[in-house]
Amino acid sequence: MKIYRLHVLMCGGTQCVSAGGESFESVLKDELKKHNLTDEVQIVRSGCMGACDRGPLMLVYPEGILYQRLKPSDAKEIVAEHFLKGRKVKRLMWTEDGHPYPTMNEVPFFARQTKIVLRNCGLINAESIDEYIAADGYAALGKAITEMKPADVVAEVKASGVRGRGGAGFPTGLKWELGAKSTGDTKYIICNADEGDPGAYMDRSVLEGDPHSVLEGMAIAAYAIGAKQGYIYVRAEYPLAIKRLEQAIKQARAYGLLGNNILGTTFCFDVKMRMGAGAFVCGEETALINSIEGKRGEPHLKPPYPVTSGLWGKPTVINNVETLASIPVIIHKGQEFFRKIGTKASPGTKVFSLAGKVNTTGLIEVPLGMPLREIIFDIGGGIPAGKKFKGALTGGPSGGVIPMEHLDTPVDYESLNALGSIMGSGGLIVMDETSCMVDIAKFFLEFTVDESCGKCTPCREGTMQMYRLLKKITEGKGEEGDIEKLEAMGKAIKSTALCGLGQSAPNPVLSTIRFFRHEYEAHIKDKKCPSGVCKMKEEAAVKA
Amino acid sequence: MPKINTLDDLKKLRESAQAALKTRAAEAKARVRVSMGTAGIAAGARESLKALMGELEKHSFCDLQIVEDPTLGPDKNEPIVCVERDGFVTQYVKVTADMARKIAAQHIVNGQAVSEWAVARSKK
Repeated sequence: MKIYRLHVLMCGGTQCVSAGGESFESVLKDELKKHNLTDEVQIVRSGCMGACDRGPLMLVYPEGILYQRLKPSDAKEIVAEHFLKGRKVKRLMWTEDGHPYPTMNEVPFFARQTKIVLRNCGLINAESIDEYIAADGYAALGKAITEMKPADVVAEVKASGVRGRGGAGFPTGLKWELGAKSTGDTKYIICNADEGDPGAYMDRSVLEGDPHSVLEGMAIAAYAIGAKQGYIYVRAEYPLAIKRLEQAIKQARAYGLLGNNILGTTFCFDVKMRMGAGAFVCGEETALINSIEGKRGEPHLKPPYPVTSGLWGKPTVINNVETLASIPVIIHKGQEFFRKIGTKASPGTKVFSLAGKVNTTGLIEVPLGMPLREIIFDIGGGIPAGKKFKGALTGGPSGGVIPMEHLDTPVDYESLNALGSIMGSGGLIVMDETSCMVDIAKFFLEFTVDESCGKCTPCREGTMQMYRLLKKITEGKGEEGDIEKLEAMGKAIKSTALCGLGQSAPNPVLSTIRFFRHEYEAHIKDKKCPSGVCKMKEEAAVKA
Repeated sequence: MPKINTLDDLKKLRESAQAALKTRAAEAKARVRVSMGTAGIAAGARESLKALMGELEKHSFCDLQIVEDPTLGPDKNEPIVCVERDGFVTQYVKVTADMARKIAAQHIVNGQAVSEWAVARSKK
């Protein structure tokens, strides 16, 4: 058996790769050759480690030393000093206020997180089913199909209280129960990997870093509801995720963990992939089903819900990537374990992509109910350049802004809804005093205008009218009464649009009006943008 | 790849896969420290380390972690190897490649310290 005294995990997440991770790795390999160390050092490409802002990242075992922001020119020193002589390279460690944190577990950014969905991300070889199995992979599937009846699995998931992580927060166990009760000999399980919120990449990272966790979750779901076929609907803009998934499916089939008579039981299940062309609306389940069927990606009225009539008219359960990735943990460790994390009404953890005006951007996983302040200041390290926090946007184009005065809000489904925002899929964009709230609302509305499928009038025409009003306001042409018009239209669209996209599209506008009405008024009455972002008519005239 | 046909197959595969990942685990049966400063390398620490690893591979013993230390003792004692196993830390000095092979086979794999070479032994 080959022994490597050092295991070097290179973050293979998209950000670390695009920050130059591959060129670093190739120089590192050259240096290893020069020092005759290729036999002693194993290089592994892992999934996303999370601290994307600090990439390219590298983790060196057995001691778990974390190096960050690596440049190809750093490889020589790391090999000559650390790999050859055991002298750690301090200058490449994570440093805060002059204090180096040699190992990952010591860094505050990582130390305060709780990882369930991302349990293996960044810690195992993303392309190795053996490493997934070493990390208790497929043990939950084994337990489910050999020791539990489908109804037991549904009951366990129901008792765990896990809710859909794609946005709406529908109880997963209840969805499975409805799926299991639906009659018909053909049923489907679909993994919704059509992640589309600007700045959000939780699902991509799970698919890239731990694809088997999603496959295992799907297989367990299929067993629970009585499906034999699963589909993964993933956007074509995620080439690495697609590659890793395809590889994972092949490996699982080769081991017989997908296919007929899994683990010698009567349970049969396989998975196919379907690529979407990146339309935001295809994340909506009825539009997604249309897209898989080869039809135009447009939603339709519910009911019928997919659990009764979904893909090709058959009962279909659609779960999000993150939801499915947490299922193996719930089954393997039991619902009690899961329930202990998070809050009573929102158990478990949530992955967020922390972006915007925050010191450490990246991918984090925290127990639900953690106060927003802790996420932004303790994990994210606060606001850069001594600026003041203004608000945080959750839920992307369907969500809302949480202002300074609500910074101690626990981040869970209920608390965010009470503030007019939503949990959403997990995008968390931090804004400081230089961000203009009207401009932010305009940005997200422009996104929904672009992504509206055009099937229903409130969304197609209404969002466009709201966008025009916002554009007018940000150009200094706003009039008395525009805010009220926005509010009235927003409420009307919310209650009349056909699908979730339209029903939530006005949220960013309504929530910024609710908490930052004075900014709208300043734009309209004083023709001033308090944050200096919008080019107002008069200011523009003065400059010219 | 052979198919996994039973839960037992899965368990076996998990155990062998975990064995290959002890370097990344929180702990392992044995932890070996090898002094690898400039003086250590000059005294032949690299050759001793390679011999040690080669011997462990022969025995397919991978329930261990190997850590390099810049220096574990005075230069005149290099190469120095410390073996942590069964709650004890045992130090060996002036470890040649041949000595390393014996330490690997007898102490690291089988748990019997090579007493004639051990210069210090203490509780971990």
